[in-house]
Amino acid sequence: MTKMKDNSKNSGINNRERHIISVLMENETGALSRVSGLFSQRGYNIESLTVAPTDDETLSRMTLVTTTTGGDASVEQIVKQLNKLIDVVKVMELSHYPHIEREIMFVKVAAPNMEVCASIKRIADIFRARVIDLKNKMYTLEVTGSPDKLDGFLETLTDNQVIEVVRSGAMGITRGNNSLRV
Amino acid sequence: MKLTGAEIFIECLKAEKVDTIFGYPGGAVLFLYDELYKAEERGEIRHILARHEQGAVHGAEGYAKSTDKPGVCIVTSGPGATNAVTGIADAYMDSVPLVVISGQVPRSLIGNDSFQEIDIVGITRPCVKHNFLVTRIEDIAPTIRKAFHIATSGRPGPVVVDIPKDLTSGAEKIKFKYPKELTMRSYQPTVKGNKKQIKSALEMIAKAKKPVLYAGGGVVSSKASKELTELGQAFNFPVTTTLMGLGVYPATDKQFIGMLGMHGTFEANRTMHYSDLIIAVGARFDDRVTGDLNKFSPYAKVIHIDIDPASISKNVKAHNPIVGDVKEVLQALFGMMKEQNFTPDKSAYDAWWKEINEWQAVNCLHYDQDDSHIKAQFVVEKLSEITGGDAYVASDVGQHQMWAAQYYKFNQPNRWINSGGLGTMGFGLPAAMGIQLAHPDETVACITGDGSIQMCIQELGTCSQYRLPLNIINLNNGYLGMVRQWQEFFYEERYAMTYNQSLPDFVKLAEAYGHVGLRIEKPADVEGALKEAISDTKNLYFLDFVTEPQGNVYPMIPAQYGHNEMYLNKEDALNDPKLKK
Ligand SMILES: Cc1ncc(C[n+]2csc(CCOP(=O)(O)OP(=O)(O)O)c2C)c(N)n1
Repeated sequence: MTKMKDNSKNSGINNRERHIISVLMENETGALSRVSGLFSQRGYNIESLTVAPTDDETLSRMTLVTTTTGGDASVEQIVKQLNKLIDVVKVMELSHYPHIEREIMFVKVAAPNMEVCASIKRIADIFRARVIDLKNKMYTLEVTGSPDKLDGFLETLTDNQVIEVVRSGAMGITRGNNSLRV
Repeated sequence: MKLTGAEIFIECLKAEKVDTIFGYPGGAVLFLYDELYKAEERGEIRHILARHEQGAVHGAEGYAKSTDKPGVCIVTSGPGATNAVTGIADAYMDSVPLVVISGQVPRSLIGNDSFQEIDIVGITRPCVKHNFLVTRIEDIAPTIRKAFHIATSGRPGPVVVDIPKDLTSGAEKIKFKYPKELTMRSYQPTVKGNKKQIKSALEMIAKAKKPVLYAGGGVVSSKASKELTELGQAFNFPVTTTLMGLGVYPATDKQFIGMLGMHGTFEANRTMHYSDLIIAVGARFDDRVTGDLNKFSPYAKVIHIDIDPASISKNVKAHNPIVGDVKEVLQALFGMMKEQNFTPDKSAYDAWWKEINEWQAVNCLHYDQDDSHIKAQFVVEKLSEITGGDAYVASDVGQHQMWAAQYYKFNQPNRWINSGGLGTMGFGLPAAMGIQLAHPDETVACITGDGSIQMCIQELGTCSQYRLPLNIINLNNGYLGMVRQWQEFFYEERYAMTYNQSLPDFVKLAEAYGHVGLRIEKPADVEGALKEAISDTKNLYFLDFVTEPQGNVYPMIPAQYGHNEMYLNKEDALNDPKLKK
């Protein structure tokens, strides 16, 4: 018979898997901590988490990115536990479906002289980032894309003096059918 | 007519047909107590005053586990609420339907580190089925309605409702209306099992040569003992139960092969190990049941029936998961058998039974009672005989709990009431109290140890106040025996902190509370003492049995061993190559 995989924390550090989970839940106080508690209790890290009310203001939608080392079984267990929470209406593991993922990021970089300004703008163009503010010789850039693209953007900026970075965390939606709705 | 928050609270309890509430008063619940006082005067609700909030919660658990009603408790804010946490966690682990009302400081003081303010909703979040902080008087009734619904439906569990004091004060009054209909889009437990899955279960059963029926506490919660017994008998399955499931199948029936797991019988564990089909009903493959998962039942396919999808394929993968209420699923299965004219071949497992009979012949629960030291096993066996297996038995946690489970022959569900999941020492006495309050004319025994009994001993006071004629059976070995046993086997007999020094004189202690205390030292006096206590239906008897100091519970599967690697006696432990340094 098949055994559940060993999901102890130090097994298979090298095969970390990324999961993106969408949760529709009652827009109630405490709902968020119930969700995050399930992860912290198991020692799972939440890589990013975004949450906001939906078109129906009694419902919040959360997108949660986590990496686990325990394989599918431990994510399946987390999804079941999420479903079991009284405030949770529906759960979907987006990674199981064709889906779109986006994240927004602000980056503040030093732009001490014209030469640097020009180089930052060039990079920004390549990544379709926009300059949204300029103050005290600092540019603030806005960029949207998949988390990978944002990582790439930051990497290209490493030659510059990056002052501050804010990322929204990923949000996701399935393509076509299989929608997550009440 | 408009009602205060406190009056609404009482109306809610009445609407839920609550007749008994366990609790302890304090500042934040003064208004609620004032109304409870009036309700008691009117003969509507009886309040049981425990001596510690932990006792109140365990009392409510005992009440709930021995009836088909939820347990209800009320505690004050701060220390009242934190004292209740162990009981709440206990109810969570054992799926006990419980509604705990806690007082909270007035809304204007929340978040100010006010006197006796504690975030009990935050503290209990990981150990409740759900909890609420009520913030408007209009929400009191709907919240209590939801709390009872959540606590008692699906997989039952504890629900905490935290009510700020100012909502109950009467400063604001509203019209009372108890919501009749309740629809929660986010909470709709699956009750009916999937037909296709049930059909395929029948097919799997038809193919099996070595099936075993493995039943747990879910059968008790679902009140499906009758159906489970019918299933076992229709197919001539060997039946084993978990610690929580004892009583769902009559222990005296010849198909019952005993409890399984760490201290389960040799035959139950062998049967699991060599089986080719496990039919798990309302059980959750807990680690105390399975031992090392990598060695667990290597040849078996698994049908797993449970109301909680999260319990299925959590530890052991189910080849056929059936989510649903156990009773509904079993009834659907019988229905399908009828439709298909499916008649089980009762002799199909003759060869399998022959194997099992050989394991049974090992007689793993055998012990010798000489005439010097009382064996704890002997006391339990006598109790079982005298009460015909029909008493309510509450237990604490330790060796005595395992002996109670092994030697008391439970023939009915809801009679064996113990703390299985959390393993809470101190559970026994208050739980027994709750049982006796629910069943005033029945025999209630509390099997305990000299360590456990001291954890909630103050409840002897509650027992005198309400005149509860419990039979406390203290298996006094002078040690924290279960821990000592592990130290003996796995820590080279270094008995760190497990000798119970300075034990009180339990007889005098019982007497101080107005009860009868007896100390029994000789095997020959065991039966007489038990009979005296049980036949006296007026007085609580504290029977202090001086038992063998260093007795061990056998059989034993050490943690992370396989079901085929048991100790049947001390020699097995001494000869265990894994323990040799
Ligand atoms: C509240 C609590 N603290 C500690 C433990 C750990 N523990 C488990 S069994 C046990 C010993 C129990 O001793 P006793 O009640 O005398 O029973 P015996 O094992 O001797 O029958 C202990 C300390 C526990 N289960 N619960």
